[in-house]
Amino acid sequence: MSLLEISGLRKSYGPVEAIRDVSVSLRDGELVCLVGPSGCGKTTLLKCAAGLLAPSGGSVTLGGEPVTAPPPNLAVVFQEYGRSLFPWLTVRRNVELPLREKKVARAERDRLVSEALSAVGLADRGDAYPWELSGGMQQRVAIARAVAYQPSVLLMDEPFAAVDAQTRAELEDLIRSIWRTFGVTILFVTHDIDEAVYLGERVVVLSGSPTVVQETLTVDLPAERDQLTTRSDPRFTELRTHVYAEIQSAKKPTPAP
Amino acid sequence: MARVGAAGGAGVRVLRWFLLPLVLIGVWWAASAGGTNFYLPTPGAVLRAVGPTWTPATLRADVLPSVARLLAGFTVAGLVGVAAGVAIGLSPALRAYTEPVLEFLRAIPPPVLVPVVMLFAGIDNTMKVTVIVFGCVWPVLLNTIEGVRAVDPVLGEVCRAYRISGWTRLRTLVLRGASPQIMTGLRQALAIAIILMVISEMFAASSGLGFTIVQFQRGYAIPEMWTGIVLLGLLGVALAGLFGLGERVVLRWYFGLRRSGRGAP
Repeated sequence: MSLLEISGLRKSYGPVEAIRDVSVSLRDGELVCLVGPSGCGKTTLLKCAAGLLAPSGGSVTLGGEPVTAPPPNLAVVFQEYGRSLFPWLTVRRNVELPLREKKVARAERDRLVSEALSAVGLADRGDAYPWELSGGMQQRVAIARAVAYQPSVLLMDEPFAAVDAQTRAELEDLIRSIWRTFGVTILFVTHDIDEAVYLGERVVVLSGSPTVVQETLTVDLPAERDQLTTRSDPRFTELRTHVYAEIQSAKKPTPAP
Repeated sequence: MARVGAAGGAGVRVLRWFLLPLVLIGVWWAASAGGTNFYLPTPGAVLRAVGPTWTPATLRADVLPSVARLLAGFTVAGLVGVAAGVAIGLSPALRAYTEPVLEFLRAIPPPVLVPVVMLFAGIDNTMKVTVIVFGCVWPVLLNTIEGVRAVDPVLGEVCRAYRISGWTRLRTLVLRGASPQIMTGLRQALAIAIILMVISEMFAASSGLGFTIVQFQRGYAIPEMWTGIVLLGLLGVALAGLFGLGERVVLRWYFGLRRSGRGAP
């Protein structure tokens, strides 16, 4: 039984067809990466899945319920980390805000916030303001906010597109550890092929716009992943080469018969 | 060494603060000393007039009502301006309907309303507060509209995704997001409020700073008149200073964000 079901999703902006037909299904507890060439409507797809954008056709269901507005058991980590945190609230208040609105009792709220901040390694920065932190740390705060919200599904929209390579590697490992610790289902959108293969249990390769699913492949790498050994694993290289070739062919216009 | 440097820095800062005022007073002195111009007394004569003119009793009778009217007008204008600004800023439809009218009303110089408002509201405090409100609501209103429109759409999406709505959204997203522009509007409004306070009191009043200054001028009490003008200037500086303190508290995050050089604004 799938938890998040995107089926036959279409999205057009007036005459412009952005997404033609995308179906993706996530089982409970899965970590799936969506990868595709830039401009292929990944963000649009994710916003439709989050209930932030109404699709032109097809459907999204979460736990069997149709998604027409952002559901309470779904959290989003946005690409623009510098702009997705409230600069007038401290780190702790940023993480706490959705929980307050959810009417979570004070003691429980404190526990969830502390737990989430510890999980992202920012237990001692709760009183700082987001702009006092580096870009990578700001995205950690956004991840903590999502985790504290206790979603059953976590959607991530190219969350590491704007951080440097070293920070990015650390954050990738953080996602793997959070996924395993909290048992949350994650849909992770990226344009980075290595990142998709390194993180995902499955990788869904999207075509260029108008978007369709080009291929879905299972990443048969060991569950215990490590920046050094996993990335030098011949199987990793094979998979990334395969995805790379797929995306290159996806970028080309449909060949004439 | 550092301590000496810091003290020197403070000394230089104090000097910078007071240098120009001292020069200006010097120029005033040079222009008025030994002069026969009755209307331009020396700084000394004005200073000597301060004591007898501004006793605790006259301060209570004339400065207090002025300040009270000013603060009343400023507060009402602030509340009305922010409330209407948020409503108009959030609704494109409302904006389309109200924009031409706002442009017209804003273009009317507020002092011209003093005689008109007198007809409706008489010459009591209501008239003066009304004039102040009418004059200084515009910068608050227009800046709030702009501020609300400029709230980062990414944060708006964050609110939707995390189901933050209603009052929390208004307070945490809209008002805080627009607060830098709201404060700019309030700062402009404060300056206008002082001007309108004086003008409304010059037209018709039985107390207040504007009234007193006109009384002195009519009675040829020239040094006393000048003390009133200086007092008005000092009042303006004090209010701006207090406002600045409040602003530093409310916009602490904003100044920090700008200093850090991160983020959009």
